[in-house]
Amino acid sequence: MDVKKIKILVVDDFATMRKVIRNLLKQSGFENVVEAEDGVLALKELKSTKIDFVISDWNMPNMTGIELLRAVRADSELSAMPFLMVTAESLKENVVEAVKAGVNDYIVKPFTHEVLGEKIDKIMKSIK
Amino acid sequence: MDVKFINPFLEGTIEVLTTMAFVKPRPGKPYLKKNNLAKGDVSGIIGITGTIKGSLALSFSAGSILKIVSNMLGEEMTSINGDIRDAVGEITNMVSGAARKKIEAMGYSLSASLPTVVSGKEHSIMHVLGGPSVVIPFEMDEGAFVVDVCMGDPQ
Repeated sequence: MDVKKIKILVVDDFATMRKVIRNLLKQSGFENVVEAEDGVLALKELKSTKIDFVISDWNMPNMTGIELLRAVRADSELSAMPFLMVTAESLKENVVEAVKAGVNDYIVKPFTHEVLGEKIDKIMKSIK
Repeated sequence: MDVKFINPFLEGTIEVLTTMAFVKPRPGKPYLKKNNLAKGDVSGIIGITGTIKGSLALSFSAGSILKIVSNMLGEEMTSINGDIRDAVGEITNMVSGAARKKIEAMGYSLSASLPTVVSGKEHSIMHVLGGPSVVIPFEMDEGAFVVDVCMGDPQ
């Protein structure tokens, strides 16, 4: 499968940030993008649609990014889902917590479309 | 406020805007501000806690923020609406994160609250410590904006 055709779920409570990430993804050649505004809605989307990749913000109301990651890893059907965490800061504790919870990689805002594209390509290659 | 805390905010602002909005704002000479009137048409403010307490505000003229958000979203923005306010909150959050990373490298431990966004002519910016604050002015071809920082002494 062409990696650029994968279906990516972007999870962020800010509509603007979802648009920004969608715009950056488009610049990297990824146009198959769906959105969810928090972890709860993301889980619903993951269970009802075939998603190939999750990009999730850390700080969100209802269900945070790390809670979503744990829920995904605990679900037998979703446990292998490639998961990229987006954070506004590179706090060591956060990174350690995300790695322990099974994140594939994380990206610190601000980031360019090149960095985002590279992270996705790298994760997709590693899981093949 | 210790001058060594000014550069992280200046550099953090340039880093965020060049990376996410592909603009290169030109910084001017920082100055001390004693009132709490905002310089711009829309402002984002965020509280900082930890070994140093304080707050950071970014206040944008309409011209500057319309250009920045148009670039970020890849679509032409023509008025200060909900998308613009959302983006100002997100930019404030990212600048605070980038600046905190640099200040943490000096050996301090910081965290931040959620950003608040205010818009309208002559709105005010209330710093957590009350002020005075240091203002770093920035120029873009489309308009000006300021980074307004008020940080206390390390505890």
